[in-house]
Amino acid sequence: MKVELHGIHKFFGNNHANNDITLNIPAGTIQGILGENGAGKSTLMKILSGFIHADGGEILLDDKAVFIQSPATAIHYGVGMLHQDPLDFPPMRVIDNFMIGHTGGLFPNRASVTRDLRLLAEQFGFSLDPDSYVDSLTVGERQQLEIIRLLWLGARVLILDEPTTGISASQKEKLFATLRTLGEQGKTIIFVSHKLEDVEVLCHQVAVLRQGSLVGEAKKPFDTKKLVEMMFGKEISLGARQAVGQQGGVLSLRGISIEDVRLKIKDVDLEVHAGEVIGLAGMEGSGQGSFLRACAGIVRPVDGRVRVRGRDLTGKTYHVYKRNGVEFLPAARLEEGLVPGLSLTEHYVLAERSKGVFINRERGVRLAEERIAAFNIKGTPVNTVESLSGGNQQRALLSLLRSPLSLVLIEHPTRGLDIESVIYIWGKLKERCRHGAAIVFISSDLEEILQYSDRVLVFFSGKVSEPLDAATTSVEQLGQMIGGKGWPEVGAS
Amino acid sequence: MIKNSRWINLGFQLAALVLALGFTTLILLAAGAPPLEAYKNIITGSFGSFKKFSDVLVSWVPLLLVSAGLLVTFATGLWNIGVEGQITLGAIATTWALRELQDTSLPPSLIIFLAILAGMAGGALWASLAGALKTFGGVNEIFGGLGLNFVATALTIYLIFGPWKRPGVASMSGTVPFDEALHLTLFPGLRLSPWALVIALIAIVVVYFLLQGTYFGLRLKAVGRNFRAAYRLGVPTWQYMMLSFLICGALAGVAGAMQVTAVYYRLIPAISSGYGYLGLMVAMLVNYQAIWAAPVALFFAALNIGSIQLPIVLKLDSSLSGVLQGMLVLFVLIVEGVRQQLSRRS
Repeated sequence: MKVELHGIHKFFGNNHANNDITLNIPAGTIQGILGENGAGKSTLMKILSGFIHADGGEILLDDKAVFIQSPATAIHYGVGMLHQDPLDFPPMRVIDNFMIGHTGGLFPNRASVTRDLRLLAEQFGFSLDPDSYVDSLTVGERQQLEIIRLLWLGARVLILDEPTTGISASQKEKLFATLRTLGEQGKTIIFVSHKLEDVEVLCHQVAVLRQGSLVGEAKKPFDTKKLVEMMFGKEISLGARQAVGQQGGVLSLRGISIEDVRLKIKDVDLEVHAGEVIGLAGMEGSGQGSFLRACAGIVRPVDGRVRVRGRDLTGKTYHVYKRNGVEFLPAARLEEGLVPGLSLTEHYVLAERSKGVFINRERGVRLAEERIAAFNIKGTPVNTVESLSGGNQQRALLSLLRSPLSLVLIEHPTRGLDIESVIYIWGKLKERCRHGAAIVFISSDLEEILQYSDRVLVFFSGKVSEPLDAATTSVEQLGQMIGGKGWPEVGAS
Repeated sequence: MIKNSRWINLGFQLAALVLALGFTTLILLAAGAPPLEAYKNIITGSFGSFKKFSDVLVSWVPLLLVSAGLLVTFATGLWNIGVEGQITLGAIATTWALRELQDTSLPPSLIIFLAILAGMAGGALWASLAGALKTFGGVNEIFGGLGLNFVATALTIYLIFGPWKRPGVASMSGTVPFDEALHLTLFPGLRLSPWALVIALIAIVVVYFLLQGTYFGLRLKAVGRNFRAAYRLGVPTWQYMMLSFLICGALAGVAGAMQVTAVYYRLIPAISSGYGYLGLMVAMLVNYQAIWAAPVALFFAALNIGSIQLPIVLKLDSSLSGVLQGMLVLFVLIVEGVRQQLSRRS
């Protein structure tokens, strides 16, 4: 089926998530959609699959304008989407998951549906037992189930969001073979990914999004360098880099291994010195999140030792780390960082070490006024944190840090903030460095990483690079590594 | 602006009250009863005489104790449905202590004091089970509490018909009443104990200050509103949840102890008298603000006592008060939801 998007616009508040995107995908094409996190890829795909509605523009399927009201309408028109995290029902059986979107009659005919499932699975060489439970399947198998389910429901356009995350190499091969077959059958495949390698191998043509706009298109064969340039843009300077003198070890990781559902990180060594800033680069979900949390005792490494200022804290809880001068600032400010419903004053009182039983309100308010002034927060002591803007919430998070500190671990310190806030927040962080703290942070903004880090670790599918010197690394190099290029071939990921 | 919205809020609350009354009136009309007569009976039945008002206070004491406890668990974001069982276990522990100590040479006042402490411990113990199920077993406190309520009821029945049965024949009327020396002192001529009243008032005042002005209360609130952020800010979260359960259980246990030492003087099958569920309604109705708990609990107690004479005078079931209480909570919640919808839209 031919898919055309014309001038798609989508706003989330002030954020222009999709800006006038026009895309033509002929039937039988495998279309790649590339872009960094927050580029607008998922938004566009959710519009096409009916999860959200566009604020402007139109969608044409086989030259006919359609309004896709919901995912059910989408599948009615033949558009099916495979989400990054499978949207299935783990406690239910494969066959029940398979039937659940079907809208025929009150009593489903299990026997005939089971036959259909087996036939479809066989056709693509998937081995799915209709009676097993979905939570016993691997991510790859759940994906296979979802693909044949959508095909069974009549999908002629298949959208896959980051489908190669969390599946094995052989499952990936099978997936690609399946997608090629479907393409030959005239079905349209839209493949959303940040992995350059996968896109290059699989896709016929690719569109690159950046900050909500379509910045370029390319056809096979692809020029990797050009794709990276389109994805991350040209280098813009944020001013001179400033290194802080380094003294003494703060954090020492020895042979750290971390496992979660999707990824395994193996055997990482790292020494972080006082005053140093380490940037963790990588696409979301490449392992840097677990790694950062492991440095704070929130995620427990399966192997290896963590030392903070020489003290072995392996296996201790975050509160022990905290007492040893480690603080973790999460990206989800209102979910993990701050307590909605409590005022700024209450936050400062909460974060301070308590003196006595009763709260001294006046002291609390005075403390709040001091911090609000020092961190230039636009708010008053009685404001609840959720009433602050994102930038001010971030400032509030920073203003809650205790002194003195050894190590600050931050997820996306400046995501979604205006440039003024970015510079301000980094000024405050560098001040911490001058007082002997080290900083380890995650960012999807490569400029930010190179600008503010001394050294950089790149994460790709759980693989961790050797520390790179930020001063001699370019945005392009970093972008290639994030996309899985230019890694020394050591073992399978 | 703030003042303005406060008046608007009050208006919404009044609307809820009117709606609840309206709905109950409809039910009365459907039942063929004269609504005005019924309401008049409730009012005279609760505030008609000093004696009647003192009966309202008798009912107010356990309700206030339970509501005070529930304010603590609600602040921590916990739905302590198990509070009924915690009252029951308080009563059982009190009865046990009185039975054990009644034949000793200890002064009666000391025995009563120890029995109330035992009740406190019993309630706290029962709450700690719900808490442990939640924090260590991952069992939602609503389900854990509900299950424990049934166990508590079964335990009461077992004790009344088994080990603690009356000599001769066991009966639903409960265990053997305790000697008068082991009753809490009452106001002369009334069924109200000054001690019980004082204990309940102390409880609500302590809870008010606990939640308003202490580090402890602030941490409880932080845990209740955002568990993960509270942990990140250094609050030992599961410990605070557990403490919250213990405090609520202890207060519910005292309520049970009051039922034994100042109202029934024995263990009866329905010793909790539904005060746990009623307390949940009070806590919801006051929107977790301690300052309103006392008047709202008094209102609920008045409805309870006022409707007692309905069956005699109007041949109506006394559960009418329950209808009105339930309606009130439902309409207050609905109206609050509507208010939030409206304010979000504007």
